Amino acid sequence: MDKKAMKKVFLSNKMAVVCTILVLLIVLAAILAPLSPYDPDASNVAEKMQGISSKHLLGTDDIGRDTLTRTIYGGRVSLIVGFASMCVAVIVGTFIGTISGYMGGMVDVILMRIVDIFMSVPSLLFIIAIYAFLPRNMFSLVGMLAFFSWTKVARVVRAQTLTLKERDFIIAAKSLGVSRGTIIRTHIIPNLMPQIIVSASLSIANAILDESALSFLGYGVQLPMASWGSMLQTAQKFILHNPIMAVAPGVMILATVLCFNVLGDILQQILDPKLIK
Amino acid sequence: MKKFIVNRLAQMLIVFITVSIFSFSIIYFSPGDPLYLYTSPAKSSYKMTDEQMDAMREELGLNGNVIERYLNWAGNMLKGDWGMSVSNHQPVKDQIMDKLPNTIGLMGAALVLSVLAAIPLGLLAGYYKNRWIDNIISGISYLGISLPAFWFGIMMIIVFSLHLGLFPSAGMRTVGVTSAADVIRHAILPVIVLSVNNTAVFVRYIRSNTIEQMEEEYVTTAVSKGVPRVQVMKNHVLKNCLLPIITMVGMNFGTLITGSFIVESVFGWPGLGTLCMSAVNSRDYTMIMGITMLACTVLLIGNFLADVLYGFADPRIKQGKEKSNG
Repeated sequence: MDKKAMKKVFLSNKMAVVCTILVLLIVLAAILAPLSPYDPDASNVAEKMQGISSKHLLGTDDIGRDTLTRTIYGGRVSLIVGFASMCVAVIVGTFIGTISGYMGGMVDVILMRIVDIFMSVPSLLFIIAIYAFLPRNMFSLVGMLAFFSWTKVARVVRAQTLTLKERDFIIAAKSLGVSRGTIIRTHIIPNLMPQIIVSASLSIANAILDESALSFLGYGVQLPMASWGSMLQTAQKFILHNPIMAVAPGVMILATVLCFNVLGDILQQILDPKLIK
Repeated sequence: MKKFIVNRLAQMLIVFITVSIFSFSIIYFSPGDPLYLYTSPAKSSYKMTDEQMDAMREELGLNGNVIERYLNWAGNMLKGDWGMSVSNHQPVKDQIMDKLPNTIGLMGAALVLSVLAAIPLGLLAGYYKNRWIDNIISGISYLGISLPAFWFGIMMIIVFSLHLGLFPSAGMRTVGVTSAADVIRHAILPVIVLSVNNTAVFVRYIRSNTIEQMEEEYVTTAVSKGVPRVQVMKNHVLKNCLLPIITMVGMNFGTLITGSFIVESVFGWPGLGTLCMSAVNSRDYTMIMGITMLACTVLLIGNFLADVLYGFADPRIKQGKEKSNG
């Protein structure tokens, strides 16, 4: 299927369009966050623990910060962490996957055994355990999330590379004496783009989910910076008096992750019509 | 089959050793003194002498270079000595074994619930594919996959504990009550929350499997012979869907382990997760090693059992064709 036809199928799918718009809205809100009249981190004890009102649309938290503003700013952290670790995972995964698939032989066996090892450890537990010994900042958070998620991309990319390298145009390029690196760069990777986009979408969803779990457990970004997970950690203490504090960030996580998951699945179905059932 | 099992066991051993070396070296090369609990003025007012510190290092196996320390630790581990907890000087193994049943119970109950709920839902969705019933079930399973378990737990506590007062919000036992019914009452919410993600994954899997089976010729034959549809589903489709469930359970063991750690911390369930969090917070490295290695072992055994059971059930794998997916 060529790109134009794919675009058409994608746009005719209502779910896909709804999810794309939702994602764009969430990203736009995060970008425009400074338009909010409130400071996300400054406390205002005079207005603490307020309910829903016209002044504070989602109320305020235990030290008087506007929940809506914090939720929008929290989206910045969650989205940046999700996007950054997806990028790292996709780049590393594509690199390893194409090499493994194209080279074959011993290289392939060794790389895939390494992938197997990564896949047979409970990753979140390892991230938590390792995190005890790392500086707690966004950089190491992104690094850890990517470190345990590139393997999924690598598997998909490798499988696809295996079928691609038997295709005529690759064999032709090879017989013309084009070097391995150039073939991978100019022929294989561009043809892997659809699969990479699918993996990227699913990978963002996972990264956001994992980041929120880590922040919730207290191993994510540090206070007073908010991410959706760390907001929930605070909110948990006040569920009796102010449940809205716990609802807002959770709904945002759910909506974002759901959209990326649905988008990933729809794209996959478009790529592989056999899956549409 | 024997060769297959031996192969898998060898593979497991390699994974296990690699993971242990990896975790051990991260802890070794990380900055800071493992004994900082005893040296940092913020954590302890009592100042130990250098001799006392040396004695403690010796006792906790903190002397020597990384290879010596690893071999020492691994040797003791094999002998069943998991070392002493840095933070409270109790044997790591005893503390872990004390909490392990609570976590295993939670995981087991959640796994059974997931499978029992997912089979009928998946079959229904697959049977009525693209009809309203399927759209509802598939939609909910999408939600279940994207749902952050800890947030769902908080919502359940708000609704069922705080507003309806049906279940306790935290812990495993009411103080002074020892009945099993009390534990079950405490476990209901955590088990439901823990099972949601896996149920959603299983439903999608069974649904697509059902759809695949329904297109097989034997189903068409049975239907055209006049066998009632319910019977076809029960005797043919369900039977052929049960096999992949085994692999599916094995593949999702990791989610179950990390999920149980998160759920434990939401509900204050006294299990391995809670133990692990406090070990991480106090950088109790012997405890962290013990728990990660145990979790890794549970996961490996889960995967292994799934593979072997699947091998017994599917004769094609017995003949050693399992390599085809590697």
